[in-house]
Amino acid sequence: MKKILLILLLLCLPFLAGGCGSDDRAELTVYNWGDYMDPEVIAQFEEEYNCRVNYETFTSNEDMYVKVKNSSDTYDVLVPSDYMIERLISEDMLQPITKDNIPNLANLDAAAQDLAFDPGNQYSVPYFYGVLGIVYNTTQVTDPVDSWNILWNDKYASKILMYDSIRDSMGSSLKRLGFSMNETNEANINAARDALIVQKPLVMAYVTDNVKSLMASGDAAMAVVYSGDAAIIMSETDNLDFAVPKEGSNAFYDNFVIPKNAQNPELAEQFINFMLTPEIAAKNIEYVGYSSPNTPALALLDASWSANAGFNISKEDLARSEIFKDLPSDVMDIYNRAWTEINVSK
Amino acid sequence: MKSFKEYIAYPYGLWMLIFIAVPLLVVVWFSFLSNPDFKAGVYTFTLDNYQEFMDPVYLELLYRSFLYAVIATVICFIIAYPLGNLIISLPGHRQNLMIVLMIIPMWVNFLLRTYAWMVLLSGSGLISQFLGMLGFQDVSLLYTQSAVILGMVYNFFPYMLLPIYTSLKKIDPDLLRAATDLGANHFQMFVKIKLPLSLPGIVSGSMMVFMPAVSTFVISNLLGGGKYMLVGNLIEQQFLTLNNWNFGSAISMVLMTIIFLVLGIARLITGKELDTGGQLL
Repeated sequence: MKKILLILLLLCLPFLAGGCGSDDRAELTVYNWGDYMDPEVIAQFEEEYNCRVNYETFTSNEDMYVKVKNSSDTYDVLVPSDYMIERLISEDMLQPITKDNIPNLANLDAAAQDLAFDPGNQYSVPYFYGVLGIVYNTTQVTDPVDSWNILWNDKYASKILMYDSIRDSMGSSLKRLGFSMNETNEANINAARDALIVQKPLVMAYVTDNVKSLMASGDAAMAVVYSGDAAIIMSETDNLDFAVPKEGSNAFYDNFVIPKNAQNPELAEQFINFMLTPEIAAKNIEYVGYSSPNTPALALLDASWSANAGFNISKEDLARSEIFKDLPSDVMDIYNRAWTEINVSK
Repeated sequence: MKSFKEYIAYPYGLWMLIFIAVPLLVVVWFSFLSNPDFKAGVYTFTLDNYQEFMDPVYLELLYRSFLYAVIATVICFIIAYPLGNLIISLPGHRQNLMIVLMIIPMWVNFLLRTYAWMVLLSGSGLISQFLGMLGFQDVSLLYTQSAVILGMVYNFFPYMLLPIYTSLKKIDPDLLRAATDLGANHFQMFVKIKLPLSLPGIVSGSMMVFMPAVSTFVISNLLGGGKYMLVGNLIEQQFLTLNNWNFGSAISMVLMTIIFLVLGIARLITGKELDTGGQLL
């Protein structure tokens, strides 16, 4: 009997600990991409603003959307990409930003603002941006990497890593064939699908997060990745370079937004303002690796960053690239179907 | 008046109701709807989700999942049956030690063990380096069909071994002695006594391996590199990325129905014996 009592007491311990931890500090719930913010910076915010940040992460815009739409949890700050922001705005899920509450907006480069998905930045504040491209091993890849065609070169069979994401993989195939990243013509989408089915035997794997180790070990010769991921991989491994194909690519902008049902919108704006402080933004850049529109923060960075092709994206590469649009659901059905057929094919 | 023991089962019954029966009914309900808008209270009943699955693309996927699961189950059986016999022939305390050794890896998280295989199988991993020393250069086993099946066999193997071991252990050694006395040779003894008496364990073990293998999505994702999609991946994709819960529910229902059919067939094979010997179901 004593034993049982002891076990019961032990089982209660975590609740006791939980009891001590609860406090009356304000709470802020942030939903962000995985590995997309330096944890130190969050702790610093908690301390300066005497609040508690519930920090959750997602791996794709779609995952985030499903969760925000269907879950009973509410969030104060989200970090979706362009086309998802467009969808959230059209579904009336966001609240306008009060710009007076975010004086650090002055730090941001105009080039990353007032884009088509949110004209006048009524609902969103730029955080990071980047371009889809190819990171490659300069000792293994002897041909020039300047076109999506290299992903179809059988010289590199079983050495090619594709990105396990519908829009990105389909997009690279569409661009290679001269179509738009936001193609809506069924015949063109299916042509891109057929090209990817032809390419499949050359592909080592469709991955999202294992790229780093496979590129570092030399198991893979090239990988379709976003620029910032390439920047981090290149800062840790020699003999790697990054290129944006000449046919053009996808450029993305990840912005802060505040959902309509946020519990603490004022604190959310303070959080966004805090993240735009040059010192804080610089810390986040060094942690995340993506290109930042925060001009004063760039001056605080180590010189190696400006030499990193994954971080320092040229204006031409950006200009050649398209931003994803939120496609209508009947078009997305064609994409989804095409992607399933690629997945199922041998 | 009911006994205390019967009342003590009620919380479990309630648990089953809330966390198994109700969610299952929700899945059934979802599978018959088309694009419901719950906030507006709009939902229409349809069979479209099931009809969509009857497409050759998806049927081939289902076929592939079954093929992989069957191969994994057969390999598990081929390894587990002789191993079970070997363990039975050991003295008692060593038997327990062997069984504990088989179970210990299961204390480590399933994902972690699968990630470990990714490291082992990769081009710069231990196995490739060993093969390289034997003269096979540049063999990468990761992201192949074999890797997916290996992952299934490795992860689900104990579920095959344990029921087989239990059913073999239940065989009365006197039966085997009697058979030898009456002049049966090893082969006859195996076919006429051991195999029929351990059949419930074999069927039970096969089900325990087959069911998780046919519906897995983690193993095919991690070890197959997204190249060998299984029906589990299709369901995961419908729910998590494509936000088509209705089609996802319909696929789940199809898969569940087929698994129930397979279970029914298994029950027919073993008859009532399934209730007596070595079953874990």
